[in-house]
Order: sequence, then C-alpha cells, then structure tokens
Amino acid sequence: MNNFNGKVLFLDRSDINTDEIIPAKYLTEISKEALKPFCLEDLKVEGFNPKTDIAGKTAIVTRANFGCGSSREHAPWALEVNGITIVVAEGFARIFRQNMYNCGMIATELKAEEIDEVFKTFAGLETELSVDMAAGTLSFRAVKNGAVSEKKYSFKLGEFESALVSAGGWVAYAAANY
Amino acid sequence: MGKTLAQKIFESHVVDKPFGEAWVLKLDRVFCHEITTPVAINDLVSRGMDTVFDPDKIKAVIDHVTPAKDSKTAEQGRVIRKWAERHAIKDFFDIGKNGVCHAIFPEKGFVRPGFTVIMGDSHTCTHGAFGAFAAGVGTTDLEVGILKGVCAFQYPGTIRFELDGKFPCGVTPKDAILSIIKMIGVNGATNKVMEFAGSAIDSMSMEGRMTMCNMAIEAGGTSGVCMPDAVTVDYLWKFIGPEGEGVYRTKEEALADFKKWHSDPDAQYDAVHKIDVSTLSPVATFGFKPDQVKTIKELAGTKVDQVYIGSCTNGRIEDLRQAAAVLKAKSVAPGVRGIVSPATPAVYQQAMEEGIIKIFMDAGFCVTNPTCGACLGMSNGVLADGEVCASTTNRNFFGRMGKGGTVHLMSPASAAATAIAGSICEA
Repeated sequence: MNNFNGKVLFLDRSDINTDEIIPAKYLTEISKEALKPFCLEDLKVEGFNPKTDIAGKTAIVTRANFGCGSSREHAPWALEVNGITIVVAEGFARIFRQNMYNCGMIATELKAEEIDEVFKTFAGLETELSVDMAAGTLSFRAVKNGAVSEKKYSFKLGEFESALVSAGGWVAYAAANY
Repeated sequence: MGKTLAQKIFESHVVDKPFGEAWVLKLDRVFCHEITTPVAINDLVSRGMDTVFDPDKIKAVIDHVTPAKDSKTAEQGRVIRKWAERHAIKDFFDIGKNGVCHAIFPEKGFVRPGFTVIMGDSHTCTHGAFGAFAAGVGTTDLEVGILKGVCAFQYPGTIRFELDGKFPCGVTPKDAILSIIKMIGVNGATNKVMEFAGSAIDSMSMEGRMTMCNMAIEAGGTSGVCMPDAVTVDYLWKFIGPEGEGVYRTKEEALADFKKWHSDPDAQYDAVHKIDVSTLSPVATFGFKPDQVKTIKELAGTKVDQVYIGSCTNGRIEDLRQAAAVLKAKSVAPGVRGIVSPATPAVYQQAMEEGIIKIFMDAGFCVTNPTCGACLGMSNGVLADGEVCASTTNRNFFGRMGKGGTVHLMSPASAAATAIAGSICEA
C-alpha cells in the first residue's frame, strides 16, 4: 500500500484540469517516469512554482472539481511519480477520482468550510499531513514562530475504494474476482 | 416507482455489487485509441495477461495523431496495430480508413440502445445519443475492460433536461449544450447522467444529439443520454435491418424493441430543467472553462488568429454543411488561418461529393485528414503563445490547443462567420 504521510502542496484554486496536471503533448510518453518533470508545468496558481514546489510533497490540498477534463490516467501518474499519493479537495471530477483509486491512490473530500479552514491555518507554512486509514482521519500539523498548529478531520472512503487502495489497484482486484 | 434509462441499463448489465453503490457492469463495447490504449496493452503484457475478453466487442482506431508525427507517436501506433492483429480485432481503423473515434464508431453502427460502452477517452459520453450508457475511463479501467469485459461505476443519479420549442435560425445543438453547461457549471453534473429529452431533441438529428451528449463531460456528467426513437432507428437501419445484421424485419419492430430503453414517466430524477430553445442565442465560450459562456453578440469583435472546424463534437457532415452554407463564395479574413478536419473518411467523401470541400478550399481553408489533431494540441494546428482560436471543439482550457493559446468554443456556423470576419461574429 502507498505511503500517504508527508508534506502538503497547497493549490488554492478550483477546477484544476487534467491538461494543467499534464498537458496532452506529453501523452506520447510510454513510461510513467517520463512524465515526472512536466507535472503541473503550466498551472497558473498565485505563488506556485512547479520547478521548486512539487519536490518532496506527498499530498495536495485544493478546492473544488479537481481533475476535470480528460480521462487520461497520466494525470494521477504524473502525481504518483512525483511522490504525491493523496489529494484532498472539496470535490473531484469522476474519472480522475476513479483513476486515483484504480492506482491505489487516495482522492478524498472534505467539506468546503473544512478546506477553507485548512487553507487559512496552513497555506504558506511547511505542513505535514498524517493519514490514519483505520481511524479515517487526516491530521495537519505545522510550526510557525515556535507555535504548533494542528487540525484533525474525519474522512471516509467507500468500501470499494478501500478495497482498491488495499489491493493496490483495480487490475489485481478484477483479475482475482471476474 | 419508475426507472430512468440509465437505471434500466445498470440493472440489465450488473455482474456484481461488490461494495455498496459500486456496481460492476458487463460491457457491450470497449473502444480504443492509440493514445491511452498502448499503455494499457503494455501493462497487460508485462503482467502476463495479454488476452482480450471478446475481439468482436472491442473496436479500435488510430485518430489522435495520424499519420504519426514523430517516433513516439509511430511507436504508439505500432503497439495498438500489432495488438489488434495479435487478437484478431477485425474492426481496427488505421491510415486511410481512420477517423475521430466518437464519429467513426457510431458511423459504423457499433452502438445500440441499452448498450454499455467504455473508452479511454472522456468524450465517450457522445455514444449516449443512441440511448446507451457510455462513459470515459482511465487506462486501468480500460485494461480491465479489455481483459474481462467489465467496469465498475457508482450507481448514478440522473438530471433531466427537457428541451422544447423550435431553434431560432442560426442556433444549433452546440449553442444549446454550451448554454446548459453555463447554467449548471463545469461540475454541475458530476457523477450524474445528463438525460436530454423534449420536442427539440425529438426533432434533432443523431449528429445533433451526439454534439449534445459529447459535451456532458464538460459539466462533469458521467454520460449524456437521449431516448432512442424513430430517428435512432433510421440512423441504424442499414446495420440492423435486412441489409445489415437482419436483427429486425421492419423499422416498427426495431422501434418497439428500442422503446424498452426509455425512462419511465414516474422515474425519479435528481433535478429537472426545462429549456425553451426558442429563447437561445448563438453563444461562445470566453476564458478557460466551458461554463464561461456569452452570446456571440457580446463577444463580437474579439480578434482570432485561427479557426478550427472539426473534432468529435462538430466534425460531422451536418456540421460541415452548416459551415459551408456560411462560407460559400466568401473568403477567410487576411491573417486568419482556417483549418477544417472532416471527422471521418466517409464525412470527407460526402463533403467532396456535395461540393463542401471546394467551398472550404475556395474560402482559403486548409483541409486536413480526419484526426483529433488540433483539438488537444497534439498535431495539425497547434497555437503559438498568445494566439486565439475560434473552434468547434469541446474544451477551452488554457493552453489546450498549444501552450499559451486561447480557445473560444462555438458552433460550426459561428466559426465560419468568424473566419470570414477575422473576429468573433454571428453567422
């Protein structure tokens, strides 16, 4: 199973689409690794620089409708090869969300006000996310001027989604069951 | 309680309900193209699972970059070509016979009311125009589809759009769907089926219905769907009648059978929207989301560098006819590049026979082979940084047609008028 604990990349925008996650011109690549340098390269979000801000991150926190647009699984792959295995948002486009679970990754929703609170408390700080799958909690932690900020939120995966995350993806599950 | 069409299709195709709302459905069709399928093929090969569930239910085409533009796209072509050969997939469309996936598969009669269809392409929702449940999927779902003929979906709710009235002159199905996306937003139908009904849909051609369903994904919809009717029967008749598979002896018999794939009058919807199409105007997108829509009048005068007519949304013969009617005896404005891509070889040939290709060429358009080409900036018509294109395609994401480029989505008639004026203009 993937590791979901680590540093957070904040992308304060709604409707980040699959063309922004990985432009179509790179869909001619036939390995996931080849996508690594191009992840989010054209994304316009204030204060975000793809060359310096992606490295070392495990999670993305963003707003509504993340992953809209193309069916390309290259979008989750581009995140995966950069070490990003979990995206937390107000909501996702259906195909992108399913692709994440099919790859054994997590795309999970918090309420708009919770996402807003996470942005207000942590954006701009070096923030750690720890995920407790059994308890169904997301814990954010950051230190600013010696003071520690911590927030914990409940999240819920569907039974099928949990099974895919545990099985390591849909191909293995389907091959065993159908 | 009555059921929606999508619910009836789910219930007739369910293989398993492993967990809660996730239903595993049996698939009637798995469509493939050369951008997303070779990765699936290579992964299946590496897992030692290089088999297909049914070569007759799998259809494949090379359409996104064709002819190949470089060594990488040549390799993608080779992977899918060899795979089709290895597994005796007889309906494989390569150079000379290939066209845009969501145009060529319907044209070959591969979709039927009540079918389940997946493809590694978000605009697979187009095929819902035939009363099918058709959805775009990623590579992993595609792999399982190829291998096992199944796919998992959350049991979807349905939003019904009732379109009544008569389209004003110059207003087309493209204007209707753009207006609907504006109304509900780019995630207004996430996880939902968008059902299009009403007298304006009843009197719409299959081409128009495909344009409507094609853009369901731009509102987040899992699929678009229209109820099969006499128009559907007429379109499919050469495949299902005595000249084709001989499934039906008469059109009445086909229609009676197709009618079982209708939503019940007392079906439960998540929402119902009523739209009087006589109030609609020609519209186009601005900005970088498909729900950013204004009337052409409001956007009039916006300069363009390129006009693109084609794609799985509006590259069919009806679309080319609409554009040609506007372009006839006119010329593209100086400084504007006009590009038209007939969506399939049959569309191309029909357009030649009707004199439409000549009208385009006389107007100064470049006519390309059938391909997805410029739509997603993969080949044939990429924009330079800062350039603007009026396009009949389905996405206006920033840089979609090329890094730094802007796309205004509109109908073929509006795109043709814009080409002549050199700036956004009503037909």
